[in-house]
Amino acid sequence: MAVTYRSAAGDVPAVRGVSLEVAEGEALGLAGESGSGKSTLAMALLRLLPKSARVTGEILLDGEDVLRMNWGRLRAVRWASASVVFQGAQHALNPVRRVGEQIAEPLLVHGMATQAEARTRVAGLLEQVGLPAWRARSYPHELSGGQRQRVMIAMALACSPRLIIADEPTTALDVMIQAQVLTLVRSLIADRGIGLIMISHDLSVLAATCDRLAVMYAGRVVEAGPAREVFTGARHPYGRALAEAFPTVGDPSSRMAPRGLGGDPPDPMRLPGGCSFHPRCPAALPSCAWRQVELWPADGVAGDPAGHAAGSTQARHTAACVHVLPEPERSEPERTGPGTPEPGMPEAGMPEAGMPEAEEAGPEAAGGQEVPNAPSAANASGAPDAADIPDDPGAPDARPAKESA
Amino acid sequence: MTLLEARDLHVQFASRGRRARAVDGVNLTVGEGEIVALVGESGCGKTTLARTLLGLERPASGTVLYGGAPLAYSTRALKAYRREVQLVPQDPTGSLNPRHTVYEAVAEGPRIHGLRDERERVASALSRAGLRPPERFFPVYPHELSGGQRQRVVIAGALALDPRVLVADEPVASLDASVRGEILSLLLRLRAELGLSALVVTHDLGLAWNIADRVAVMYLGRIVESGPVEQVLSAPSHPYTQALLSVLPDSPAPIVLGGEPPDPTRIPGGCRFHPRCHVLASGKAAEAGVDGLCRSQPLEILPSSTELRAACHYARARQPQL
Amino acid sequence: MNETAARRRGALARFWRDYRAQRTGLYGAAILAVFVLLALVTPLVTDPSGLDVTKATGPKMAPPSAEFPLGTDESGRSILLMILWGSRVSLLIGFLAALLSMVIGTVTGITAGHFRGWSSAVLMRITDWFLVLPSLVLALVLAAILGGGTSTIILAIGVTSWAATARLIRAQTLAVEARPYVERSRVLGAGHWHVMTRHVLPNVAPLVLANTTLTVASAIVTESTLAFLGADAGQASWGSMLRGSYDWGAVTSGAWWYVLPPGLCIVAVVLAFTFCGRALEAVLNPRLRGVA
Repeated sequence: MAVTYRSAAGDVPAVRGVSLEVAEGEALGLAGESGSGKSTLAMALLRLLPKSARVTGEILLDGEDVLRMNWGRLRAVRWASASVVFQGAQHALNPVRRVGEQIAEPLLVHGMATQAEARTRVAGLLEQVGLPAWRARSYPHELSGGQRQRVMIAMALACSPRLIIADEPTTALDVMIQAQVLTLVRSLIADRGIGLIMISHDLSVLAATCDRLAVMYAGRVVEAGPAREVFTGARHPYGRALAEAFPTVGDPSSRMAPRGLGGDPPDPMRLPGGCSFHPRCPAALPSCAWRQVELWPADGVAGDPAGHAAGSTQARHTAACVHVLPEPERSEPERTGPGTPEPGMPEAGMPEAGMPEAEEAGPEAAGGQEVPNAPSAANASGAPDAADIPDDPGAPDARPAKESA
Repeated sequence: MTLLEARDLHVQFASRGRRARAVDGVNLTVGEGEIVALVGESGCGKTTLARTLLGLERPASGTVLYGGAPLAYSTRALKAYRREVQLVPQDPTGSLNPRHTVYEAVAEGPRIHGLRDERERVASALSRAGLRPPERFFPVYPHELSGGQRQRVVIAGALALDPRVLVADEPVASLDASVRGEILSLLLRLRAELGLSALVVTHDLGLAWNIADRVAVMYLGRIVESGPVEQVLSAPSHPYTQALLSVLPDSPAPIVLGGEPPDPTRIPGGCRFHPRCHVLASGKAAEAGVDGLCRSQPLEILPSSTELRAACHYARARQPQL
Repeated sequence: MNETAARRRGALARFWRDYRAQRTGLYGAAILAVFVLLALVTPLVTDPSGLDVTKATGPKMAPPSAEFPLGTDESGRSILLMILWGSRVSLLIGFLAALLSMVIGTVTGITAGHFRGWSSAVLMRITDWFLVLPSLVLALVLAAILGGGTSTIILAIGVTSWAATARLIRAQTLAVEARPYVERSRVLGAGHWHVMTRHVLPNVAPLVLANTTLTVASAIVTESTLAFLGADAGQASWGSMLRGSYDWGAVTSGAWWYVLPPGLCIVAVVLAFTFCGRALEAVLNPRLRGVA
């Protein structure tokens, strides 16, 4: 999927070819800094973007393409099948209406309940999110930040959606309330088999809540895989920087040594060529300036290009970094990229700090010439129309990712 | 050598007709070249305490001392104090006037104080804050900068006055994870290069672990535990600190305290933490024979000390030196 | 600081682009330009002696003719000549009265917004008092007490019309004062004067500009009304012409050329100022502009 904003200054690519899927009862964490396209992506899933945004690709919700739905169907889907928990709970609630009315609103709008039914339902929902039923009569300003966030979650749950998209649900909250809300979210997904897409810039929060993680940078997924694996053993330098940004208290190596990432997020209008992360990358190779690497297995298991192309990427740990590629690929200069590669790129003596495991990436990789760009995975190019990857929340057959070749 | 000190500080507000004791007796010192983290949940009074130390609020009782002398609240004395103690605010975007260029934003302090060599001051402040070459940033407007760069501009604005203490209120809370480390490293470097002291107000214990020498944990207007970061964060004595640490994403056994942080207009009797205390609820306090004390006997205000101190009956029953 | 100048120019160009998108604003500006130009060149191309009743040459109450394109009044003066010279009086009074009103309103508003507490309360009670007072009656009384003359009329209009502006500016000031950069400025050591002039004033200035334009329109109406009611500036203005036409029964005698031109001029200028003011508001007021 790709999203491009049209602005006065030209087209701004915000999401550039991303494929994700979420199954029933699964939580997917979407990490990245502001401007990485993570919120745009999430809003695009329900077509909540402004008119200036052009979305291409496919967004499949239970097998149905959201982009082709008519307006009425879309409205029905927005609450009943998938709903959103927004960032600032204090602004997303109407200050002059009781929270109970606001929770009941989608039920009444979609004709799913009568007034009386809605009232009982609201009481039940509030109980589920850990608030007493009488709170339905409160106004938003009478609630604390954590309680408001719970109300937001209750609203999202009102129509029993199959998918919840939570955009920075805990960013403005204290640690203690954050813990309460996260515990609540975790138990809700587990109990009700809801799919969750959670967006945050705090990888540690995502790792603790989600099953799988996808790290976005400059509109692309640069690393994805099982949450713990990505958090503790990130292979993409950007993923690693994000994971290290929030230290483990008690870890002597982070004491008096805050770690971060130099430089600034790239301007989506002027993305650097090659790997868009290379200007900030501590482990960049000269070839990174023109060579763009696709997601590649990074779990240390034999890197099998065939398996990759067949699309088991969703379950496996993958990273889009040259250091993840098997050795022969790594030093091979890009041939199809823009511009003429300098001949005789230095091959030996590359800085390979922290990347020794890459050696394990199997001998069979030698078979695939130009593999880094060749796999016909649908997200192979920045061109918007090349990406048509389903996002299949809850579809029973979602697991075997069907990336159309 | 103590630079900034709060002595038995009380700050009160009128809140919906009731009296809120936002800061309810605090002793705290920041030594020369020392970084102290003040942690606690929102509503615990940590921001009020920071504002009082900056002279933005007046204490109901108690004193703010700078360099051993009590802070005077005359316009002239406060203006002189501003050159010594500066603020790094939470939200760099809101803290920069969108109509002012970077140069104007950083030059604001020197202009107010009528300092000479304005241009050199601004240039050196910007480069000390890590914006190099400074001249390139002079004509830039805040909206053209990234969040991290804006925070650097704000820090440069404070540095242009050559202060000796920075009071940073959640300096990285509104910044991206990737920028966070950069700004924290900057604070550490400023301490190393300029000998700057800092009081960092935050709810983020990881931040304290990253840069602070000492940490003070605040609950409902009081400091409940304080001491060197390694001791407090590796082996917390106060149940509240234990709970805060336990809910960090990596922790094995989270102790999620129920409810919201209680109301500073209604501070409970006895130990102010006892209604939410898991040690009391689990009966461990009763085993140690202090449950009665917890419910009825208020703890005295912790003295300012560089040693580990905790205001908890249970902890003291086991470690009397607290 | 060359780059700063370039940025200012860029901001101006952006402002002009946004303003151009407001069609009514463009019409308003065009109408205004015509009137202001006429008012400026009138002394260069016409002779004011024709305004003097004793020196008037034309026939009395004559309909439009080649010599007098808009006819003449009861004394034989050219209506066109009176319209042209009257535009100078009407526009001058409109501008200066609006300026006075804005200065009082802005100073009161910023002061009341910046200093909380009792001084603000006192200022706002005074503002409320002016707000509920029938300002036309007050202006009439003031003009009567202070005696005739252009400056009297300006003063009377200015003093009675600032209250609404003061409220608006105060609200905006409160919003600006709540911004973190004002607090940062205080921590840097800024005093009241610094905060008010460096942070508050530039932020309320666009609002003031848009509001002034609207106030000019209402000041011109008030001037005409006052002149019609008898409190004129002692010179021919559009309002005093209407008064003359009423006194001499121009409507009943079918002398439409005496009534319509001053009336239409007032309508045109007031509409033009309103258009411009609304357009400026749409371009400059961040709340109307949406997210900014």
